[in-house]
Amino acid sequence: MKNRSRTQILYFLMAIILFAVGIFQSWNVALTIFNLCLISSIMTLGINVQWGNAGIVNFGVMGFAALGGLANIIISMPPTSNAWETGGNFIIIGLMIFVLSIIFSVFMFKRVNLNKRIKYLISFLIIFVGYVIMRLIVDSPIEQIESIEPAKTGYLGGFNLPVIISWPLGGLLAAFAAFIIGKISLGLRSDYLAIATLGISEIIIYILKNEDWLSRGVKNVNGLPRPVPYEIELQSREWVLETANILKIPLPEVSSILVKLSYSVLFLLVLLVILYLLQIAVKSPWGRMMRAIRDNEVSANAMGKDIKKRHLQVFIIGSAIVGIAGAMLTTLDGQFTPVSYQPLRYTFLIWIMVIVGGSGNNFGSIIGAFLIWFFWIQSEPLGLWLLSFITSYISDTNLVKSHLLENAAHIRLMFMGMILLVTLRFAPKGLIPEVKR
Amino acid sequence: MDFLNGITLISNYILIPGLTYGSQLALGALGITIVYSVLRFSNFAHGEFMSFGAMTSILLCWLFLSLEINLNPLPTAIIVLPFAIIITIFYCILVDKIIFKFYRRQNSKSVINLIVSIGVMFFTGGLIRFIIGPGDKNFFDGERFILKAKTFKNYTGLSEGLALKTTQGITIVLSIILVVLLFWFLNKTKTGKSMRAYSDNKELALLSGINPEKVVLITWIITGTLACVAGTLYGLDKSYKPFTYLHLVLPIFSAAIVGGVGNPVGAIIGGFVIAFSELIVTFAYKKIFFYFLPNYLVPDGLLQILSTDYKIAISFIILVLVLLIRPTGIYKGKII
Repeated sequence: MKNRSRTQILYFLMAIILFAVGIFQSWNVALTIFNLCLISSIMTLGINVQWGNAGIVNFGVMGFAALGGLANIIISMPPTSNAWETGGNFIIIGLMIFVLSIIFSVFMFKRVNLNKRIKYLISFLIIFVGYVIMRLIVDSPIEQIESIEPAKTGYLGGFNLPVIISWPLGGLLAAFAAFIIGKISLGLRSDYLAIATLGISEIIIYILKNEDWLSRGVKNVNGLPRPVPYEIELQSREWVLETANILKIPLPEVSSILVKLSYSVLFLLVLLVILYLLQIAVKSPWGRMMRAIRDNEVSANAMGKDIKKRHLQVFIIGSAIVGIAGAMLTTLDGQFTPVSYQPLRYTFLIWIMVIVGGSGNNFGSIIGAFLIWFFWIQSEPLGLWLLSFITSYISDTNLVKSHLLENAAHIRLMFMGMILLVTLRFAPKGLIPEVKR
Repeated sequence: MDFLNGITLISNYILIPGLTYGSQLALGALGITIVYSVLRFSNFAHGEFMSFGAMTSILLCWLFLSLEINLNPLPTAIIVLPFAIIITIFYCILVDKIIFKFYRRQNSKSVINLIVSIGVMFFTGGLIRFIIGPGDKNFFDGERFILKAKTFKNYTGLSEGLALKTTQGITIVLSIILVVLLFWFLNKTKTGKSMRAYSDNKELALLSGINPEKVVLITWIITGTLACVAGTLYGLDKSYKPFTYLHLVLPIFSAAIVGGVGNPVGAIIGGFVIAFSELIVTFAYKKIFFYFLPNYLVPDGLLQILSTDYKIAISFIILVLVLLIRPTGIYKGKII
């Protein structure tokens, strides 16, 4: 029961904080923070199901989120005219040949009975030949596609479908990637797994940054369609005008608040559905089994549980949730910028949220996401304020003071580090600990 | 003549940069490997320790230059390095006393230590950006080249030039000195042997009267030294930016794992494997073929296996391959 009252108090507190921001700063800011809190909390749910329930360290959040973002492009952008005709099919064929060569070499490796070194050499050669063939087929179509109006398009484009479909597709893409990554690395010890997933997520980002035909690379894809109406559209509606009149708030602000609110509703719906499903899963025999595996792999194995398979399963589920959140984030931003994917912001910050909130507890992860994201946003002004307070007795022309104030924004990294360290030291189970069952 | 030109081309674009970058990675990977083998966790904060070392070097450089102490034609960074090392060691030990010691006492799992090291990474990263700012800092001074491409061309009469930057020379020489000292320490001195014993079997080492706190202290001294030198050399070679060190952690981890975590020889080999494969895979082979093949066989196109944009991604690809084929690394891990 202690847990429950603590949950209620923390959620109530968070609500008050957000309302305070709305009243004292502006509702626009409060809603922006709230939306990102919602997305972060979906990501933390994904990591929590892996780390909290199964003890898997997944440092690949960034990569899965970026794949979700890619789903936005594939689903919602209009196809670039002529791009498919000039060589889209060739690219698909080339990629298929490469993938087939990998599958073939793996197959060969498993079936053929030879000396291991020779087998490695042969499979390497097969993949290399597949790669060369792919490059021969793909190189010139890619060049052609990238030269179609490079300032505006220069990529294949998407299917021009409603953007909201990209959320489940983002989950699917991430799940598919997680399947491959899991197959490669889940057998590893936890440290290695952490490093491997981090490395693979970097590879994904590098691909998105450099394959211009797919995602326009560092040129970014702007102007993704929205699932909600545009501000301008709203401003011409009768009822919006009336609300603005009644509340005595300027019209642009009302419309932008309405847009953000509709995003919030959508995100909240997704969050609630995922939370509901996860709560069921955690309480079910499946959840019990996962925890048994986490707590003692050997004895779970002795009870006949297939640990590798279960780990793969939970890895895929968690990553898919992160992928969905990543797709939602890109939809909210309205643009896909591969450069913005940084491990510090995506992977490690999400991990801090999970640890601080309470690993193994879904409600804890959500409150962790809210608190940490709020702090991450607000610690910049907070740091500035703190430093100006500390240095208030120094004259304004002092070099040290201006230097300190200039770099005040970076204090938030220190804050985050300290929050994580303090949590791990004094409340290693997090704000809302795992429920003892 | 063509043959010599080809060799020069390879040395200029692959051999020398590979040796330099490889030494930097090797020094970093050694630090990670030693922390891993003694303290049993993957230290994600190592990149930031390197950055911290580089930062102290820069600050000291500015101090020394303002006092007009320099070492022309060598960069000032060489004189300040010992002082920077001491400060970095002090910081490492401080972090250990305040943070890591608690978890060591508790016998925490290595994953917990890993997450703790991420906290340290955040804190140190913030501290560094707070002190020196996030911008680019170039602290190289003195003579830029040991051997200029033009001089080489005039001297030998070849059409390809060979250049050796001062920073490259310093990196290679300093790394050799450090590695020799480290191996001498680990293999010949009593303290080094006790450290190896501790990493090999903790309980047995404790029973034979080895002081664990002393071993840990020495571990951090070695780590701090390696981190400071590696960070300063990297910053000297490629200009210092706090942000790059976060991205350097992964190639370093790859190097440590490729060589076999816990094995110093492996860390060095791993560093060079990563560095050379990055260069070999992204090198445009057209010119080499131009020198080695008869003219009518030279294909057009750059003949790159992967474009240069993927340079850093290669280290991760190698990491994945190694984890797939031989998770223990080239040398089996866990022996200093």
